[in-house]
Formats: sequence, structure tokens, C-alpha cells
Amino acid sequence: MTTAFASRRTFLKAAGSLVVAFSWLPDAARAAFVPPKRLATDTVDGFIEIRPDNTVTLYSGKVDLGTGVRTALTQIVAEELDVPLSAIAVVQGDTLTTPDQGPTFGSLSIQKGGMQIRQACATARAALVSRAAARFQVPQESVATREGRCWHGQDSVTYAALVEKEGLVLATDPKAKPKAPRDHTVVGRPVPRLDIPAKVTGRFEYMQDFRLPGMLHARVVRPAGVHAQLLAVDDHAARQLPGFVATVREGNFLAVVAQTEWGAIRASQAIRPTWSHWEGLPEQDHLWDYVRGTAVSKSEDVQSRGNPEAVLKEQPKALSATYDFAIHTHGSIGPSCAVASWENGQVTCWSASQQTHLLRHQLAQMLKLAPDQVRCIYLEGSGCYGRNGHEDAAADAVLVARAVRQPVRVQWMRADEHGWDPKGPPTLLDFHGALGADGHVAAWRSEAFIPERPAKIGVTLLAADLADMPHDAAHPGNIHQGLAMPYEVPHVRATIHSLAHTPFRASWIRAPGRMQNTFANESFLDELAHAAGRDPLEFRLAHLKDPRGRECLERVAKLSGWTPRVSPAAETGDVVRGRGVSYTKYELVRTYVAIVAEVEVNRRTGQVRVTHCHVAHDCGQIINPDGLKNQIEGNVIQTVSRTLHERVTFDRSRVTSLDWKTYPILTFPEAPQVSMDLIDRPDEAPWGAGEPTAAVVPSAIANAVHDATGVRLRSVPLTPEKVLQAIRKTT
Amino acid sequence: MSHAYTFKVNGQLRTVQVDDPEMPLLYALRDDLGLRGPRFGCGLGQCGACTVHVDGFAVRSCSVPVSKVAGQSVTTLEGLGSPEKPHPIQQAFIDEQAAQCGYCINGMIMQAKALLDRNRHPSEQDIRDALALNLCRCGTHARIIRAVQRAAAAMA
Repeated sequence: MTTAFASRRTFLKAAGSLVVAFSWLPDAARAAFVPPKRLATDTVDGFIEIRPDNTVTLYSGKVDLGTGVRTALTQIVAEELDVPLSAIAVVQGDTLTTPDQGPTFGSLSIQKGGMQIRQACATARAALVSRAAARFQVPQESVATREGRCWHGQDSVTYAALVEKEGLVLATDPKAKPKAPRDHTVVGRPVPRLDIPAKVTGRFEYMQDFRLPGMLHARVVRPAGVHAQLLAVDDHAARQLPGFVATVREGNFLAVVAQTEWGAIRASQAIRPTWSHWEGLPEQDHLWDYVRGTAVSKSEDVQSRGNPEAVLKEQPKALSATYDFAIHTHGSIGPSCAVASWENGQVTCWSASQQTHLLRHQLAQMLKLAPDQVRCIYLEGSGCYGRNGHEDAAADAVLVARAVRQPVRVQWMRADEHGWDPKGPPTLLDFHGALGADGHVAAWRSEAFIPERPAKIGVTLLAADLADMPHDAAHPGNIHQGLAMPYEVPHVRATIHSLAHTPFRASWIRAPGRMQNTFANESFLDELAHAAGRDPLEFRLAHLKDPRGRECLERVAKLSGWTPRVSPAAETGDVVRGRGVSYTKYELVRTYVAIVAEVEVNRRTGQVRVTHCHVAHDCGQIINPDGLKNQIEGNVIQTVSRTLHERVTFDRSRVTSLDWKTYPILTFPEAPQVSMDLIDRPDEAPWGAGEPTAAVVPSAIANAVHDATGVRLRSVPLTPEKVLQAIRKTT
Repeated sequence: MSHAYTFKVNGQLRTVQVDDPEMPLLYALRDDLGLRGPRFGCGLGQCGACTVHVDGFAVRSCSVPVSKVAGQSVTTLEGLGSPEKPHPIQQAFIDEQAAQCGYCINGMIMQAKALLDRNRHPSEQDIRDALALNLCRCGTHARIIRAVQRAAAAMA
């Protein structure tokens, strides 16, 4: 007990002192002079710098999107290098100084980014020990590391002294041995998040708070239709406003610039653009006909064994079902924001981009500059949950700054974010399945209709598109993932039909594709369990050999007090209760998660309330258990919102759900309880946790609604209208 | 034409010069006075990220003209406490680790403060109802509720 208390106090102390470090970090990022350093991901010095004051700077290409990654990466460095948490500063996503570790997405920050950093630190530690051994003239085995020093008995030397002459310019040694998990004292502990004290007191500097001397404020003015042409601009009234600076027009890109933020907002309201009439969007009421009617550019099997078509043909009782999943917006609470400056042909752009290296490439491409003429610097913004409008705001800012030759801040308004962030695309899925004589699933056939995926990942910058400047093709993310299913079924084919068009610029939103595909997979498995007259959780276990997957399901059964029975529950009265289960092994190669959702359905109003979600989660080695819990809770609650409420609405010209009234999200009175059972496997690789739980939530809720009411909802969101319609159909 | 408005901000008299009396208080606080607690979320009074107290009442600073608060007393998140000396509600949010991106947290704390100022012993339902018009996108709701409960216990 004493140890635990002492270590918690140390952590709190560390967190407190790091707040100080944190407040100067953006200033450090602001500095123009940066000594040249290597950026390669297979070098120690790419990631780690030991400074003369014996503090450590971590240069991380992975960024903290409000998920606690910064704290977790700091823990990894503290653990491997044996330095106090308070001695570590983190520079994130600065293209001049941080390695390109790929975009911060896909639940890969720890699994991939963190492991590159761990290996670099293990290499550094071995080198420091070797140098210290030479200095002490003792064998390496007798040198220990502690508190940023190498020790031999009572003698010690700081890391700073060991790198003073030679530096730490090393290739990462893939054979350098990281510490054994049993020796961990920092990793695996619930270290308090380093950013929270500043965030709850107004000290934290978000992207939206960043200011430069002489900076102007801009607002963008978006077209009246997605692809409407800008025919004319009357900015007479805007020009009369105090502090007005300029109207910036590049093709269909339009912005106003003013001395003050409010001045820019007023100018954006006063300007009178004339847009061409454009009505190229499908009818919202016939969206799924539109998707089904869209040309397929390519079909590919993502899972194939046996001959499901032949088995299905012989089965008179084969089941068929079609599922659909609405268009979603990211819904960041803070609309996107960026600051850009041009100086001597050099562009610097501060952005909350999850992918500053990719953004730099895209900005250079758009402006026809060499990549080294563009520097992108990450500053944390509002949570983005994928590729929201952050990068688009960055492109807006560089375009406006180029025109006015002064630093410019672009802040999107709420309607810009809801209307113009790239969207989670509409997803349509067809399923066929059959039971064998043994009551197990004999054949499984699934097909998903989703936007095509160009060779290069990256979402078109809106400004480049509007201004008709060079840009890559739009990529919706790896939304084919999650259709391949995790169960032992002899005959399976899962096919992705890539569609040549999708109504809106598409991008990834938390668990992209995996959420939609798992919704259909796990709903359909439930439908087969129902047809087989089996308990849905036992039915899953009957088709699963993987011991880690089985353990997740068994533990979620225990956690939720699951008693086996066949659905539906057959309660009577207006408000009926039900429970539903869902399971996935993320992308079939990593994190296991099983969930039980409990719902109440009001049969009179059609309202669904998710009262409680139970999650069993196995992501291998846990770096920070409290951070993990925070992520899982967030995954559950955010996805309950997406499942029950969310749907982008539009007319033939543009998005019409432009605020929180027309695109409602879950509120406090509706938030479910969340219980968790975290399965820690210290000797296994650490896998991601930012997405997997989200993937299983919609199906668990739909399965619970079926359990409660006996009706099957195959369309997200599960709105009261759809529930009532389904109930009416059956009665 | 320039207008000057004087009001108290976190206990100190401040004067702002603005072009437009209709400019929302939020921009005076953020752009003229350099405060970071109140945040721009929607500009429509729908999300609560910009919440401050005016004469002790929680208001949406994005929807209140700066001219309307002349002579009044405004408290922002910074006025409650600092990382070095947090208010018990801020301390409770730290203890419960009740933030993910944290962008909404200003509103959560300021709204919770308004609740606890008039109800020292709120039930869980009271807390949920008090925060019903404050939006969080990261799904930190459960922790925020626990933080307000912890703050209530600490302040009781």
C-alpha cells in the first residue's frame, strides 16, 4: 500500500511540474530556428534528444488528438530510458523536427508509433550503458540506469554528460532489448494525463488559441451548392465595416479578411456572392436506391473459403438481409481552425492535423511549392475522431495568407464544420446465410457497397478543390476493413463493391468501415442465432475457437450477468427491456472486444434508450489502464450517439444539418453507464484501443432492440420513426 | 465608431474598445482580454463550450452582446483556479481524469459551478439535467458526472 501511495504521489508531482513544461511547448514550436536533425523513423536521434540540462525531448510524429497518447508515449520513454516523467517534453507533429510516423489514425499510435519509440529508447539506453561502463571501466552488466543517470554502485553519471561529446546519433537497433514487462514501473500504471490540469483551468493552448503578431482574421464563405460556381461577388457592404481588410477569391474559393475576428464574421455575413444553381446531390429519401444504382468500379473478395453460393442455393431456408448506415459528420465541438504565415517564400502552417507530414505534401502540391518550402506544426485542437476539417482549414489559411501577405487565422464557423467537413460515407450491405443440419452457420455471404479507395491515402483539400488547384483523389479511408468476419464457418465469401461515386467528399471517422461492416456482420449473426433458436452469446462461442476471443465473450457474459436464453425477451408494457451482444477481433489481427448493451424501448414513442454497456477488452499489453478506460468509455458513449441519433441531412444542393439542432448528438440525460473488464497481457504486444470498441456498439444496440421488441432494425440511426415503423409491420 | 465597455472580469475591472456593441462577449474575452477558458463551439448557444458566469449566472458568452454586460461581473474558468491552485471542481475533474480532448470542459465546469452554487447535494439526475444543454463529443459524460459528484462531496 505504501508503495502504491508513494508512486501515485510521485506521478501527481510529475504531472504538476510537467504543466510548466507544457506551457512553453507551443512557444518552442513557434521558434523559427531549429538545429538540423534527422527525421528517420529508424534512428534514435529522430525521436530522442537528451538535452544539456539532462531532460529528454521526444519528437513524435504521432500526435495527441485528445486521447491521452502524449501521456502514454511519455510513459514509454520514461520506462525505457529510466528518466522521470517530469523530465520529458514532447514535440508533436512538426514536419521540421518530428519523424513521419504516418497519420495518427487507425488505433496505431501505441501499436506502431509507440513501438518505434520504445525501440529507439531501448537502443539509446544500451548505448548509454555501454558508454558509462567504459567511463567507469567496469562491465556493462554492472551498470544500472535510474533517474536519468547511469550508476555503478554509488558512482553515477548523467545521460547529458554521456552524450555531451558524441551526441546520440544512432541507428535504431531492432535487436536492442526493451525492458521485460515484469520490470515495468511506469508503463501499465494509471499515470494521470499530463494535459488535464491545464485543460480544466484555461491554461492549455489549443489550436484555436494560437496567435501570431500582426495576425489577421479570416472567414470562409462557402458555396450555396456543393459544386456551385461563383459567378459574382458584391463586397460593397463588407468593405464599409470597420477593420475590413480584403476579399480573397480563387475560383470558387471565397474568404473575407479583417483586423478582428468579429470583423471577419460580420464581413462574411455582409458579403453578397452569387452562386450558380447546382443540384447534383441525390434525393435524401432515395439515398439507398442511389447507392445501389451507383456504378461499381471494382469488386474484391476480402474473405473467401468454401463455396457459399452453392450451399445457399441448396438451402430453402436461407436468410437474407440488407443493412444501411447513414452519412455521419465528425461533429468536433470546436470547429476547425488554422494559422498560416508566408515569409520569404516559406509557408508555415499551424494546424490540428492528425497528419502534418501528409498535410505538408498536400499543401506543397496545391501551391506548386517544394515540400521543404512548407512546414506544418501540430497544435492540439478539438477532438477530431478522424479526418475532419482541420486540414481544410489549414489549406484555407495558406491560401488567404498568400493573398494578403500577412499571417492569417482561419476559424471555421459551426455551419462550415457540419456542412463541409468530409463525411463518413453512406454504407449499404447485403447478407445471405444458412444454417446447417447441426444448427451451426453453414454458409455466409456478405457484400458491401462503399466508395472506392484510390491508391494514395489522403482526403482532397477543400480549398484546392474549390480553387481548382492540384490535389490528390479523395480517399475514404480503409473502409473495407471489418467485413471479413471472425467466426468458424466453412463456407464464406465477403465482397467489397467499390463505388465510382459517393454524394459527399468522404473520409474516415472513428472505426471507419469497421463500424458499419461490424454492425451488419454482428446483426446478421444474431439473426442466424435467432433462426437457430439459440442464445446469441452461446451461438457466438459455438463458432469461435480463438481462446482470446472466447475469453472476451465469457468475461463480458460474467460482467453483465448474462443468462442464456433465446431472444426476444418478451416483456410486456409500453417500455420493454432487452440486451444484445456483439464481438469483434479488430481487422482480424488485433484488439479483441466483446460488448453487451442493455436498452429500454418505448413501444409507444419508438424511443430507444441505452441504459448500460458492458465491455470486455483485450488489447494485449496495457500502457495506461486509466487512459484505456477513458478511451473505451468515449468509444461507447460516442457510438451510442451515432447509433441512435446521427444522420447528415441534405437537399439536392447541400448539407442541411448545419448545427446541433439539426444534427443532434447524445446528451447527458441519455448517457449510458459503462462497465469494463480490461484484460491485461503484459507479455503481449500492445494493440490499439481508440477504435475497436466503437465497432461493436451499433450491432449490440440493434441486437438489444430486437431482444426487447422482437423487431429487427437494419438501419442506423435507430430513430423512433424506424422503430415504430418496424413494430407496426409486425403487429 | 468605437465603443468602450467596462466590466469586471475575474474580479478586476477591465475596459474593452469595440466597433460593434452587438459583438458577443466571447470575442471580447478571448480576443481582447486574451482568455482561453471560454471557447468558441457553435456561436449559436447550442453547445455550452463558451459558458461564463455573469453576476453568478451561467450564460453562453457567444450569444450575449458585450454591451449588455457593461457594469456587470464576469467570471471565467481562469477565475475559478489555476493548475497550481485549482478550484475544488477543477480538482475533481483532475482527480476523475474527466477530459479527453477537453474542448467542452470549460462549459462543463462553469455549468457545474452554477449547479453547485444553488444545490450543494445534487443527485446524479440533477447533474445530468443541469448539463443537458452542454455537449461533449468525446463521450466523457460518465467521468464528468463522477467529477461533479466528487466536487459536491468535497465542497459539502
